Amino acid sequence: MDGSPEPKPGAMAVFLAFARIGVTSFGGGLSGWIMQDIVRRRRWIGEEDFLAGLAMSQALPGVNVVNIAIWIGYRLGRGRGALAAVLGIVGPPMLVVSGFALIYDWLTRFSVTERAVQGAVAGSIGLMLAMGLRVGRRNLRQLAPALIMAAVFVSVGVLALPILPVVAVGAPLSVALAWWQERHRAR
Amino acid sequence: MQGSVYLAVLAVFVPLSLLSVGGGAAVLPEMHRQAVLQYHWITEAQFVADYAISRMSPGPGSLIVTLIGFQAAGFLGAVLATVGIFLPSSVLMYGLVRVWSRHRGAPWQKAMERGLAPIAAGLILASCLTLLRAAAGGWLVWVVAIGASLLVYFELAGGLVMVGGGAALFLLVHG
Repeated sequence: MDGSPEPKPGAMAVFLAFARIGVTSFGGGLSGWIMQDIVRRRRWIGEEDFLAGLAMSQALPGVNVVNIAIWIGYRLGRGRGALAAVLGIVGPPMLVVSGFALIYDWLTRFSVTERAVQGAVAGSIGLMLAMGLRVGRRNLRQLAPALIMAAVFVSVGVLALPILPVVAVGAPLSVALAWWQERHRAR
Repeated sequence: MQGSVYLAVLAVFVPLSLLSVGGGAAVLPEMHRQAVLQYHWITEAQFVADYAISRMSPGPGSLIVTLIGFQAAGFLGAVLATVGIFLPSSVLMYGLVRVWSRHRGAPWQKAMERGLAPIAAGLILASCLTLLRAAAGGWLVWVVAIGASLLVYFELAGGLVMVGGGAALFLLVHG
């Protein structure tokens, strides 16, 4: 009855989906990969729900990717779903990173390794940027969200202020505004 | 004295979990201080190598803790360090999503979703800029990133193609 259009996947499917992202997401920027795969391709969770979870994942302590995996996993299968998502995004990559550690000395003998990694990072930034363009465009439709988005971008991205105070000031303001607009419309 | 190493690993990484506000990168300096300078589990050079390895690997960048844990106390150390850095913050997040899900569809929640969307969008765009500035590789990084973002935006290709294509392009240009 919560209006989700797709049937919810089981814990195993959740684990496999996150494990797949975990071992293929070369170059970092995992929230871009998660949005592309879980939100856009599989449609397991709505975009607004995902974005609310992402904002809170970044504001709370903890590794953002693990936090957003818990958010999505819980939505899909409560405790089991959250556990499956976390094990998927952490477990298999642990094996991969250990494998890379074993062959690191051998890998760094070739200058091409560094180049390839730089290129992979550039590609993954592009994935993140696509997500930014997509959600950015949605917020440009109205003046207030557009201004709030721009203010957050400038404070964190350009001025390099720490995230926590920016979210602590911006989020209540933005939520209060949305609340006020919602009530205004209801009348 | 094996047991005390395990305890020390937990004592280092469990508190860092709750201090990692804004993501794992926030506690990297403190991780370095404790693992290299205080406990002497690893050398300066090993820390730099661990960081490079965690960057080139897929998955969460914070898996540098797996490597440090292994170098400190073997296989069990790797597992303890990883669980230690993820567990406390995960419990917090789990509590939040439980409360959130219980009140699904409440008016305050709709307002929060709508209000948090522009904050999340601003943070995502800020991450892109930070990553672009920090990335090694010069102008080609910007070209590849912007090109890739347009391809993904217009749904012409997915993540793996972007990452593989980026790596291939870098090799072609710089050889």
